[in-house]
Amino acid sequence: MRRPFVIILSMFSWLLSAGAAPGGETILLQSTTSTQNSGLFGHILPLFTRQTGIRVRVVAVGTGQALKNAARGDADVVLVHARKLEDAFVRAGHGVHRRDVMYNDFVIVCPKDDPAGIAGLKDAADALRRIARRRVAFVSRGDDSGTHHKELGLWRAAGVDPAPFSGAWYLEAGQGMGATLNMAAARGACTLTDRGTWIAHANKGRLAIMVEGDVRLRNPYGVILVNPKRHPHVKEQAARAFIDWLTGPDGQHAIAGYRLNGQQLFFPVR
Amino acid sequence: MSDTFLSAFSEAARLIASLDAGLLEIVGLSLQVSLSAVAIAALIGLPLGAALALFRFPGRRAVALLFSALMGLPPVVLGLVVYLMLSRAGPLGVLGLLYTPAAMIIAQTLLVLPIVVALSRQAIADLWRDYEEAMRSLVITGWRLVRTMLYEARHALLMVLLAAFGRAIAEVGAVMIVGGNIDHATRVMTTAIALETSKGNLALALALGGILLALALAVNVAAQLLAAASQRLGSAVTS
Repeated sequence: MRRPFVIILSMFSWLLSAGAAPGGETILLQSTTSTQNSGLFGHILPLFTRQTGIRVRVVAVGTGQALKNAARGDADVVLVHARKLEDAFVRAGHGVHRRDVMYNDFVIVCPKDDPAGIAGLKDAADALRRIARRRVAFVSRGDDSGTHHKELGLWRAAGVDPAPFSGAWYLEAGQGMGATLNMAAARGACTLTDRGTWIAHANKGRLAIMVEGDVRLRNPYGVILVNPKRHPHVKEQAARAFIDWLTGPDGQHAIAGYRLNGQQLFFPVR
Repeated sequence: MSDTFLSAFSEAARLIASLDAGLLEIVGLSLQVSLSAVAIAALIGLPLGAALALFRFPGRRAVALLFSALMGLPPVVLGLVVYLMLSRAGPLGVLGLLYTPAAMIIAQTLLVLPIVVALSRQAIADLWRDYEEAMRSLVITGWRLVRTMLYEARHALLMVLLAAFGRAIAEVGAVMIVGGNIDHATRVMTTAIALETSKGNLALALALGGILLALALAVNVAAQLLAAASQRLGSAVTS
């Protein structure tokens, strides 16, 4: 009759051991789908681990969710791209030590036959206005991500409120960048995407870049340490080492060195 | 479209033939998480299901109904609840289990427990009609009765556990939230498929789906073979 107890006991000890990291220090990074889907982390994180022995575990969600998870203490560091949300996060005392890391840019992609007549425009807000006027299908991230916030800002600049058309020509996917591109490709719709994910995406369908180069399409990424005073379990030393590496010469060099299809996806700030 | 399916086949063949290390890791974790979840749910759920079928106590029907309704619980809702429990800001945050395989096992255990309880209750209640008289005349009661009936219903209960395993290995909503789909840590087959789909690698995603299906098939075959072997052994002992 003792056997079930032995089984249960060993199961629990194994269950708890499953929670432990396999040697060396491990930090938890909340970041965005754009950095993961573009393959950047797969390139730079092994370099960081080789130099420091610190392993980085990445949870890739939208910027909004990443910051919310971190505010609950479920991260050591965040790497996101929505400056207003980042500043609010720091102001609220959830994070400290915010640093610029890198940037790339957003582009507006549409089916190649350019149903909105916006190919080559340099004004992103004007492009959105034309999309709205012609009721060309537009897929929004709709997930409180950095890209979503950028898009909403552009609609405001265009003087168009797409919300009343949600479900008609304005489609809110509520998903990550890659899934949104899949949807735009399948529906023959336009969407706003960061260039990194766009270059890396394997299912572009008939989509092509229509609008790029507007200064408002700049996409800066920032790294923030989760406030160790508020969350004592934060691995401050290892997390600071990561931030220093990322913003220092080695990390900046690694970011610049990530190329896909002959194109550089992210540009270091230094 | 057919291109995608064709390249999915060659992709799957390539992954399996090369015994891709990343794939083995993901397959291993999928099995580890889902099999543990089913094992723990069985330890708790089978006796509970049997007790609900065999003993009369106030609230019995309500409890049975509750478990049967919980079979329809969406994994993503359960994942959210477990996330809020295990989050650093949650009541169990000090354990530091969020984003670990342990968190995924907890979520899947809770997910399949209602299936194990509700279906095993039904299986044993069906059997009880034939066994009630014999058990009463032999004065088998209490914990012994539970064990005896669980043994007598073992074939039906194997199917119950396989149904539970199917639900566990196939779900993506709960493990995505509480595991975080972290590479080399908490990535399992379903979350890997979701990730590759979102990267637009549709053929690779489909290939992983095929491998997941083959995996479920292998577990089912193994369980059936085990059952058949134990039956042969059982009849050899009695004859």
